This record gives sequence, C-alpha cells and structure tokens, in this order.
Amino acid sequence: MRLAFNPWMAASAVLAVTALLFPLGAGEIPLAWFDLPGLSVFVLAFAAACAWLARGKIRGLPLGLILLGAVFIGGAAALYLLYRAGAGGEARLGFWLFVFALWAAAWCGLDAIAGFASLNRLAQRGVDLLVPLLFGCWLVFLWEAVTVGFGVPQVLLPSPSMIAVRLAGSLDILAADFHQTFVKAVISGFAIGCGSGFAAAILVDRVPFLKRGLLPLGNLVSALPIVGMAPIMVMWFGFDWQSKAAVVVIMTFFPMLVNTLTGLNAAGALERDLMRSYGAKYWQTLILLRLPAAMPFIFNALKINSTLAMIGAIVAEFFGTPIVGMGFRISTEVGRLNVDMVWAEIVMAALAGSAFYGAMALCERAVTFWHPSYRQRR
Amino acid sequence: MMPPSMQSDPVSESVAAAANRDRESVVRARDLSLTFETADGPVFALSGVDLEIDRGEFVSFIGPSGCGKTTLLRAIADLEQPTGGTLAVNGVPPREARLNRSYGYVFQAPALYPWRTIERNVTLPLEIMGMSANERRAKAGEYLDLVNLGGFEKKYPWQLSGGMQQRASIARALCFDPDLLLMDEPFGALDEIVRDHLNEQLLRLWAKTQKTVVFVTHSIPEAVFLSTKIVVMSPRPGRIIDVIPTDFPRDRTLDARESPEFLEIAHRVREGLRAGHSYDD
Repeated sequence: MRLAFNPWMAASAVLAVTALLFPLGAGEIPLAWFDLPGLSVFVLAFAAACAWLARGKIRGLPLGLILLGAVFIGGAAALYLLYRAGAGGEARLGFWLFVFALWAAAWCGLDAIAGFASLNRLAQRGVDLLVPLLFGCWLVFLWEAVTVGFGVPQVLLPSPSMIAVRLAGSLDILAADFHQTFVKAVISGFAIGCGSGFAAAILVDRVPFLKRGLLPLGNLVSALPIVGMAPIMVMWFGFDWQSKAAVVVIMTFFPMLVNTLTGLNAAGALERDLMRSYGAKYWQTLILLRLPAAMPFIFNALKINSTLAMIGAIVAEFFGTPIVGMGFRISTEVGRLNVDMVWAEIVMAALAGSAFYGAMALCERAVTFWHPSYRQRR
Repeated sequence: MMPPSMQSDPVSESVAAAANRDRESVVRARDLSLTFETADGPVFALSGVDLEIDRGEFVSFIGPSGCGKTTLLRAIADLEQPTGGTLAVNGVPPREARLNRSYGYVFQAPALYPWRTIERNVTLPLEIMGMSANERRAKAGEYLDLVNLGGFEKKYPWQLSGGMQQRASIARALCFDPDLLLMDEPFGALDEIVRDHLNEQLLRLWAKTQKTVVFVTHSIPEAVFLSTKIVVMSPRPGRIIDVIPTDFPRDRTLDARESPEFLEIAHRVREGLRAGHSYDD
C-alpha cells in the first residue's frame, strides 16, 4: 500500500511543538508551559502521535477515532488551562497555537470518519449521525475556548457553559415558555393554517374563478409584514396565545395553499386519462390519484411552515403578551442584559424547531416512500 | 398515384358476419374527422375515416408519427372529441361506452401509481367500480397469473423491470373484463427481445380471452405478426389509406415471421406506407 503523507497532521504536530515555545497566559506572573510539566509532556506526546500518523499508515475510521480521541483529551486539557491554570480571559499565543493544533487534528479526524462507507446500513447510519454530532461538539468547544480565552463580555456572547448552566437552572421558566409559545400558539396556529390552506387549495382547484380571484389576494396576504400584522392580531384576539396563533395562521396559510395547488396538478396526463377511462368521479380521482401525487408538495409546505410557525409565534410575542412565552422572555431578558437567558431560549427554540421539522421529515419519508428521492430497491 | 382502396373487402367477411354486422360490430366509424385548433391554425388529425372493427378481431393501426393513429384510438376511448362524422363503440356513443367501462386502455407508458403495490395497481379499476376487497384480491391474483406476474403482488412498480410493469398494466386493463382492449404502442419503449416475447404472450392472451384488441404501433413486423386486420394510415390529414386482412392461425409463433405469406403482407404494408408519404412530397 502506498503511504499518503498527510500535511494537515504534520501541521498539527508542528503547531503543537511551536505552542510550547510561547507563553500560555498573561497576568501578574505570566503563565508558561513549564509551570505545567504534565501538560507539556502530553502536548509533546500529542505532537509525536500526529507526526507518526501523518505518514498515512493508518487511515479511515481507525485514524479518525484515534485522532478524535486525542483531540478530546487535548480539548479537556485546553479547558483545564482556561479554568484551573488561570489562562482564562488572558490566553496568549501558546494557548492559541495549541488550539490550532487541535483544530488541524480534528479536521483530519472528521475528514477520515466522513469518508467511511459501509454496506452495513446500521453502521453507515451511525457514522452519518456521528459526523455532524462531532462537528457540532467541536464548534461548541471553539466557542467556549474563544469566549473564555479572550474573556469576551457575557453581554456580547456568553460561553456555552454559561448558557448550559442558565438553561439547567431555569428549566421551570423554560418549560412554561415552551408550553405557552410552542404547545399553544405554534401547534394550533400551524394546524389551523396548514389545514385551511389545504382546504382552500382543494376549493380553488375545484372552482376555476377562485384561481383567478383568490390566488392574487392570497399573494397579497403572504406579502403582509408580520411586524405590522402582529399588533393588529393582538387587538383582535387579545394578549394571550390566540393572537400569536393567528399570526402563525397568516404565515403558514399561503405556502400550504400554493404548494398543494401545484401538487394537485403534479399527476401526469396518462395517469389522469387512466382515471377518465374508468369513468372515475371527481373525488375518486382526487383521493386515488391527485392527492397521493401531491404529497411531496404538501410535505414541502409542512416543512417550510414548521420553521415559519416558530419564527411567527416568537416574533408576535414582541407585540404584547402575558408575562410568559419564548418571545416575551427574549425581549425582556435582552432589556435586562441577561443575555445568557436569551441564549437559553434560543437553544430551546432551535431544539424545538429542529424536532418539529424532523418530525415532518419523518412523516414525509413514511408517506412518500415511493418518491424517487426515497425509494430503495428492496 | 392513388393507393389501392381496400376499405371493404367482401371476400374477408362471411355472409353471416355481414348479416350480423350491426350486432357484432364493436367499433364503427363513419366519415370521422377530428381537428385540433392550435395557435398556428387548425391541425387535421383525422379526416374522412371509415372503419369497422368486429368482435374478436385484432386490429392494428400503423403509420408514421402524426398520422392520427393514437388520436383515432383516443377518440374510440372518448379521450378526444371528434369534430365530425359518427363514431359508435359497442353500438353506443364513445362517452356512454366509457362510462359502461367497455374498454381497457393500455398506454405507451405503464402509468402504474408508484404508491400502490402491483396488486393494488391492478385492482384500481375494481376499487373505482366499488368491488369488495376480497373479490378484488382474487381478481388481481387471477389476472396477474394470466400475464405471468404471480408472486409479484406485494412489489412496488419501481421494483419491477419495464416489461413487467407493462404486463402489470395489461392485467389492470383486463381485470374488469371489458369487451375491448385498446393498446397505444404498449411495447414501444421496450427492447426488441422483450418486445418479441411480450408479442407472443399477447397473442396467447388474446386467444384465451377472446377480446377484441385495437393496437397502435409503428412497427411493421409487430403489426403483421399480431393482427387479423392492419389499418395503414397516413398523415396530414390523418386518414386510412389501406386495410389489409391477414389470415394467420391464432396460435402462430414468432417463426411465422419467416414465412413467405408474412413477408408478402409486410411488403404490402410497406408499400401502403410509402404511397401515403408520396402524397405529401
């Protein structure tokens, strides 16, 4: 087997060794690597391992796992430097070079894992999930290192650890906000908006003059600015979640209408002629042919709307709300400079939004399994 | 040069058949015309078509692209509306015949619904007609066996080859037992080996079910091999220029294509097609 020299790993080794030559932290008495002999030995070992691996004798999944294991220990060491050894807030070149060395190694490790291809579907699926997960962890680590290492003010950007502590410490508030915004406003608004958009599409498709009359009006509604509509909805439906649900309905109605209409025309000419040759009635053609053929389009709308609904409900809460809700919390905690709480809400919104979208995508897979983008030959 | 007119050949019809003609005629067209109005002016898809198809016949429409052979088939199926003349299917207007489910239509593409299994594709017309689920399943089994697709009930169309898909679509067209089978270049997209095989199977199916088949093709060997009557058509305007009866036995095999009679008829079809073309130039 021809050995493939890996320059990135060599770079990692060089960076790690160079890091040892520079100070770690400023302060009254500058922190240096020789203050921490154990860690220095580890960095040397890390550099040696990278240099050895750079020859390319080991590759693929084993290489990736070895490298990421080393990066994990290295990352823990970096965090130790920040929190325990006193480099936090005043990290110097020695520390950053070490982070860059980790970066190069993490890059190679992820690259090696991402190239993994297996006929075992379970193993493949596991690795496919592992890559974004590890990449996410690496980004969070970088975020932590940068915010703590440079001593970034909490108001500008809190560190992930700070956000996590805040998140864990205010679970009851977050749960109440989640219930108010997501369970009440988003779910009901989404259901009503998508349901009415779907029903309107069936009606528009059936009644030709509506296609000319209603569609342009629908277009107008979709162009209404949410920040203009939200206060009006509050006046119409009160301060509680109903007005937020109304905003979500307005936002989700049109994508569903347009996508369903397109989908209803997606069935091919032969397939329609076939139904005609059987003397099928309108609703038989609708249920047996046109709606199944429209499903990919309908799910497209459901996925678009799942994220739109989140945005709509949160933004709508900026315009009058009871003292609970994700949007309310974000707007008030920003005013009180409790940015870590804002970030905790953002994390929760991101998780809920992703889960919502993921649920739609899973349903889509189950319903439109026959579509060329999902089908597998047995 | 005028092509030989063979539209009514008294020799090919027995006296008894002629007497029972009204009762036995499955398709009867008189001076049929069909004009599409397009932005570039009218297109004469069919003009002055007279045609008689009797029960149990296998009739092929052959001709170059644009000669109106598919349009004629679609008019019989009430998928196009003629603009002149009269057309009767089973003695009634095409619309009524369609609502009576008098025909099964096989398209150029299988047109199977990808979200339905093969079995449920075949039973689609039965479902529309309101047959119970058990009866439907029994019918599907019966007709899938007829087209040699037994055991593929639970597969999806996209898991099958093109030839198998087209066979499933034939089973679908037959499963509600219509009198008439309309086939629009059903094997046009398949390779020649599969096509020969399916032609043989189709002949056996025709002999077994005693259906009347109307078959559109642009392959001369296919038309001669399958048909009891070949209708040669010509474009601009779409019209019939020759009707050629053939008298091969019903249980002919692919070897029949080597016989002198076969070659003679194929020659006549080719002559007819050539004559139709010289009209334009």
